[in-house]
Amino acid sequence: MASFTPVVNGASSVLIHAPGLVRYGSKPWREIQDRPSRLDELQKSLQSHEQAEAYLPNRVFLGQTPISSLYEVERPWYGRPSPLANDRRAFGDFIDERSFVGLVALADVFKHVSLFEGFWQDISPRLRAVPLFQPLATVSPSLVTRDRLRADIAKGDGIALFTGTDSQPIGWIRHAHHEDGSLTANVLLENLCVKVSAALAVRELLMRHPALSEQKVDYVLSCSEEAVGDRYQRGGGNLAKAVAEFAGCVLASGMDIKNFCAAPIPALVTGAALVHSGVFENVVVVGGASLPKLGMKFLYHLEKGMPVLEDVLAAAAVWIGRDDGKSPVINLASVGRHPVRSGAALDKQLKAIVLEPMERLDLTAASVDRFVTELHNPEITVPANGGDIPERNYKMLAAVLVSGGKMARSEMQDFMKRKGVPGFAPTQGHIASALAYLPHAHRELTEGEARNCFLFARASLFLGQMTQLSDGMSVLLARHP
Amino acid sequence: MDLEVQGRIKELAESLGRNNLVVLLGAPNVDSSLIQFETVTRGDPTYSGPLTGVELGLDTYHVFEPAMKAMIGGEKYDELLGTLELALEGDTIVEALEGARR
Repeated sequence: MASFTPVVNGASSVLIHAPGLVRYGSKPWREIQDRPSRLDELQKSLQSHEQAEAYLPNRVFLGQTPISSLYEVERPWYGRPSPLANDRRAFGDFIDERSFVGLVALADVFKHVSLFEGFWQDISPRLRAVPLFQPLATVSPSLVTRDRLRADIAKGDGIALFTGTDSQPIGWIRHAHHEDGSLTANVLLENLCVKVSAALAVRELLMRHPALSEQKVDYVLSCSEEAVGDRYQRGGGNLAKAVAEFAGCVLASGMDIKNFCAAPIPALVTGAALVHSGVFENVVVVGGASLPKLGMKFLYHLEKGMPVLEDVLAAAAVWIGRDDGKSPVINLASVGRHPVRSGAALDKQLKAIVLEPMERLDLTAASVDRFVTELHNPEITVPANGGDIPERNYKMLAAVLVSGGKMARSEMQDFMKRKGVPGFAPTQGHIASALAYLPHAHRELTEGEARNCFLFARASLFLGQMTQLSDGMSVLLARHP
Repeated sequence: MDLEVQGRIKELAESLGRNNLVVLLGAPNVDSSLIQFETVTRGDPTYSGPLTGVELGLDTYHVFEPAMKAMIGGEKYDELLGTLELALEGDTIVEALEGARR
C-alpha cells in the first residue's frame, strides 16, 4: 500500500449571526414553550449584526484579530465599538442572517421550507451576487404570499421562520412527516442549519485555497453534532454527502464521524489516515453549526443584564491532502486515545490522551509550543456558573504534565499564557473543541513561528445514557520540516 | 452547601452524636471549602439552610490536608489525588482552612 504524508493544506471558518433563530435553540425553545413572555425578554437582549460582528471573540474566531488581544482587552468584550478596519486577513466571513435563511430554503431539496416572496425578492440579488453564496444559489426556493404564509402558520404543522427581532415571519418550515419525531420541523431546521453552515465553511475553504477545486475533493468527513435520519434510524447519517453536494464537490462522497464534542479529532485522524494510506488524495473535514446550542445559557445572561451572546452559528472546515512541501504535517504516530479502562476524571483523561503520546514520542512540555483543547468563550460560560473552561483545563493539564515529569512545578503559574490558548469560540460544542483553532494552527505553523501544536478533545459520552464513560483523542500537528 | 446535605448532616449529628462524626470536604477551591467548613462548624453563613444558627462544631478536614493525606497513604494519595491537588492549588485550600480554625 502506498504511503503519503498527510498535511493540513488549509482551513476555514465562518460565523453566522442568527438572532432570529436563537428562539429555536434547545433551551430558549423549552423556556418559551413553558413561558411565552420569555421570547420578549430574549428579543430585547439580542445583539445587532454590527455588535456581534465587532465582538472581540468573534473577530478572533475568524482570524481578524490576534488571539493575544483576548489577554490585552479587558472584559466585558461586548458593547465595545467596532474597530475601524480588519487588521488581519480572515479565515472566513461573518454572515448575515437574512442570507443564511435564504440559503436554508435553497438547501432544502424536499421543499419543506417556504419563504415569503417579498423576503426572497429582497435577498436574492445578494445571494446571486456575493461570490461566497453564488455557487449555492443556483436554484429557487418554494415561495408563498403573505396571506398563504399566515394561513400555513395558523394551521400549525410546523414552525415559522424569523430574522433578527422582527416579529413578522419571513418563512415557514413544515414537519416532513406527521408521526415521525426525527422529521419534525425543528429537527429539519436543525439539520438544514448544519448543512448550510458546513457548506459555507467548505466554500470558504475552496475560495481561499484555489489549489483545491470542487472536483479535487474526494471525500468529506462531517464531525457535526446533528442526527440526520428517520423513525427507523434516528441517526442514519451522512450529512457529509449532503454538504458535499450542496457545496458543489461533485466527485466527492463522504461520511459522518460521531463522538460528541470530540468528533473533530477522530475526523482529522481518520482523514489523515485515508490520505496517508493513499485511499483518497484530498479529504475535507467539516464541522457544521449547532442550532440547539444557540441561547443555551441565555437565562443566566438575562439575569446578569448581559446581551445573549450565544447568537452565532459557527462552522469550520479543514483540507487534508498529500505533502506539498510546506503545509503542517499531521503526525499519525502521535495519536492518543482514551481507553475504556482509563478513569473518567479529567486528570485520568489527560494522562491517557496527552501524557501517554508524549511519553511515546519522547516529548517534554518544552518541545510542544501549543496545547489546544476546549476553547469556549469564558464571557459566555462564567456568568452561567460554568467557570473559565480553558483556564480550568490548562490548570489540570499543567498538573498532569508536572506529575508526569514533563514540566517543572515552577512552570505551572503562567502555563496557559505560554502554552495554551484562551477561550474565544461560541459554545457550539465540537467547534470549540480544537476545531476552531485549526485555521489559527495552519497560520501559526506556516506564517508564524510555532513548531507544533498538540490538539486534543474530550467527549461526554455519558450524556447519551449508554455508558458512564467519556472519550477523548489527540493528535500533533507539526510545522513542515 | 445545598439544603438537603445540610439537613442530612444535622440529622446524622443528632442521631450519632457530634463527637462521632467527621466531615471530609472535597470542594475544588478556597471559597467553597470555607463556606462548607463554616456551615458544619459555626452554622450556615448564607442563613438559608437547616444549619442556620446551629453550631455543630464538627471535626472537619479537606481531603488535601496532611492528616487526611497520611490516613490515605502516600502512594495511594498520589495516585488518586496528587494531580488534582496540584491543579486545584490544594495548598491554598489547606492554608485557608487552617486560618478558619484559628
